[in-house]
Amino acid sequence: MKAKIVITPKKAVLDPQGKTVQNALEHMGYSGVTGVHVGKYLEIDLAPGTDPAAARVALDEAAHRFLSNPVIEDYRLEITD
Amino acid sequence: MHFVVLQFPASNCDQDCLHAVRVLGHTSEFVWHKDTSLGAADAVIVPGGFSYGDYLRCGAIARFSPVMQAVQQFAANGGLVLGICNGFQILCEAGLLPGALVRNRDLQFHCEQVFLKTVNHETPFTAATPADVPLRMPIAHGEGCYFADDATLEQMRARRQILWQYCSMTGELTDDSNPNGSLQNIAGVANERFNVAGLMPHPDRASESILGSTDGRWIFESMIRAGIRPAAAQAA
Repeated sequence: MKAKIVITPKKAVLDPQGKTVQNALEHMGYSGVTGVHVGKYLEIDLAPGTDPAAARVALDEAAHRFLSNPVIEDYRLEITD
Repeated sequence: MHFVVLQFPASNCDQDCLHAVRVLGHTSEFVWHKDTSLGAADAVIVPGGFSYGDYLRCGAIARFSPVMQAVQQFAANGGLVLGICNGFQILCEAGLLPGALVRNRDLQFHCEQVFLKTVNHETPFTAATPADVPLRMPIAHGEGCYFADDATLEQMRARRQILWQYCSMTGELTDDSNPNGSLQNIAGVANERFNVAGLMPHPDRASESILGSTDGRWIFESMIRAGIRPAAAQAA
């Protein structure tokens, strides 16, 4: 069982990395790109038999307190088999 | 006055901070990040560096180290805490200061001299600073772009928590003098109670003429005056 956490910069926060990647894509000829947001992806391995609901509650707390910074980032949490 | 300087794995301005306050005739010692006590601290300095390799986010891991529990308590009791560079990032991550520091807008690491306008002179970190004189200090950071949401910024302005802003040599707040894209040219801020402050520039590296500037002394001198006054009042 795994937890997958995707962390992205909030819309209001300057994302120069995203902007630079977007510019590079345009220079390479990939048209139609209207925005790029560079974030982080964490894959967390969970012990077999872990209760998915309990894991979600615990990791939601960890993501809020530690894995992301709510001042500048949003996150999405997913628990998979 | 006795300063405690925290040491995390990969702190690298800890020696500079220890030395800077000794030059001013005061005592200082290191406290290791695994310690749970700040000893006889009158004030705490969280120094610059790359604590825990800046993994995850700058300051994100350091803020959960045992010594930071003691710093939280020390600050809650009204003790003076100054965070410099990575120390500023740690204090923001710890929730002791509002906002956050993100990647510089040009994605470059900036190692250069900047000028700072002191915005509020009525705090324990600024009271000794002469009025209308921009302070010259070095910066050395890749993630120094200050961010807070609009509501927080407005509150901070109203409460005068913005202590230092990047400015030109003559004191104007221009975009050219903003090295990292910080909102409102913010270089340093304080908490609501004005006993915790942080800034990206290095007063520790601008405290002796051999280093090219002594302007950083004004920040330590301010803390020293603020720290000594209550003790003197008690003795009287």
